[in-house]
Amino acid sequence: MGKVIVVTSGKGGVGKTTSTAALGAALAQRNEKVVVVDFDVGLRNLDLVMGAERRVVYDLINVIQGDAKLTQALIRDKRMENLFLLPASQTRDKDNLTAEGVEKVIGELKKYFDWVICDSPAGIERGATLAMRHADIAVVVTNPEVSSVRDSDRIIGLLDSKTLKAERGERMEKHLLLTRYDAVRAERGDMLKVDDVLEILSIPLVGIIPESSDVLRASNVGAPVTLAEPRSAPAMAYFEAARRLAGEDIPVTIPEEKRGLLGKIFARRAA
Amino acid sequence: MSLFRLFRKQQSAPTARERLQVLLAHERASNGSDLVAVLREEILAVIAKHVQVDHDKVQVKMDRDEHVSILEIDVEIPLHATMKAA
Repeated sequence: MGKVIVVTSGKGGVGKTTSTAALGAALAQRNEKVVVVDFDVGLRNLDLVMGAERRVVYDLINVIQGDAKLTQALIRDKRMENLFLLPASQTRDKDNLTAEGVEKVIGELKKYFDWVICDSPAGIERGATLAMRHADIAVVVTNPEVSSVRDSDRIIGLLDSKTLKAERGERMEKHLLLTRYDAVRAERGDMLKVDDVLEILSIPLVGIIPESSDVLRASNVGAPVTLAEPRSAPAMAYFEAARRLAGEDIPVTIPEEKRGLLGKIFARRAA
Repeated sequence: MSLFRLFRKQQSAPTARERLQVLLAHERASNGSDLVAVLREEILAVIAKHVQVDHDKVQVKMDRDEHVSILEIDVEIPLHATMKAA
């Protein structure tokens, strides 16, 4: 049976979809079967970030409503044969996402895949609670910024009360993924430090993704950053996070951009 | 270094950290359980047995500190309320 991960945050725009794609591709590069599932019904984007937007025929809602088989809706990645996408519906309403339907689909996916990664919509409503419902592991994506930390705190509360694991009295495994981190600004005292966020949210750290133009560049061309620029700092951070999710016990580092001398000088100026 | 500091703007991250700690301590206390809501309903039911009160005029507040919690109940009884039990 595969493991179900939910990538969640409460706040929008912190990097859930980017992280879902990057972690999915990173886990797939460990030769494990991975499916990334978009739960953002009505505002799907995982297909775009994965570069599969023109290959979507059927979606999660079609499968839930019995209009398509699961195998018809799954899209195999063009670069990696063990990486799949289950897109969300763009035209339907999120009310079409039913608890029974989601349970059935996740149950099926767990049989065929080692990892089922659910990309949660922003907010704390139905879509978000259904995305986290069946999770074994939660990745809480947080920016070092007050509103994101507050929303993450709220989501952690929901993970501990509204999930199946919580209702069964089991412990939900939660991990903090700190994204868009800028070590220079944090050191200068103008951005929350890793330790500040950890102390406030008090869940273990799974990775620190440095702010980087490589992330935007990867989404521009429709590839997870761990496939598009595997040697870049953010990609290395995602690979590390994936190893930790898979159970390896390795210290968390903040990979740095490799820059030439000139690059270093200008980076300082820009920061 | 200290000379540089003189001209630098004050650090903002410590403020962010402090504000979050205060806010979240409060929010966790009120979101964490429905205890306050339950208390409110039950207290209201008890009072309503004896005095006619307006639902909106009953305030139940829970303040949590590191060491103690304070439960504050504020009931506004109208001047001409009918005393049922009397």
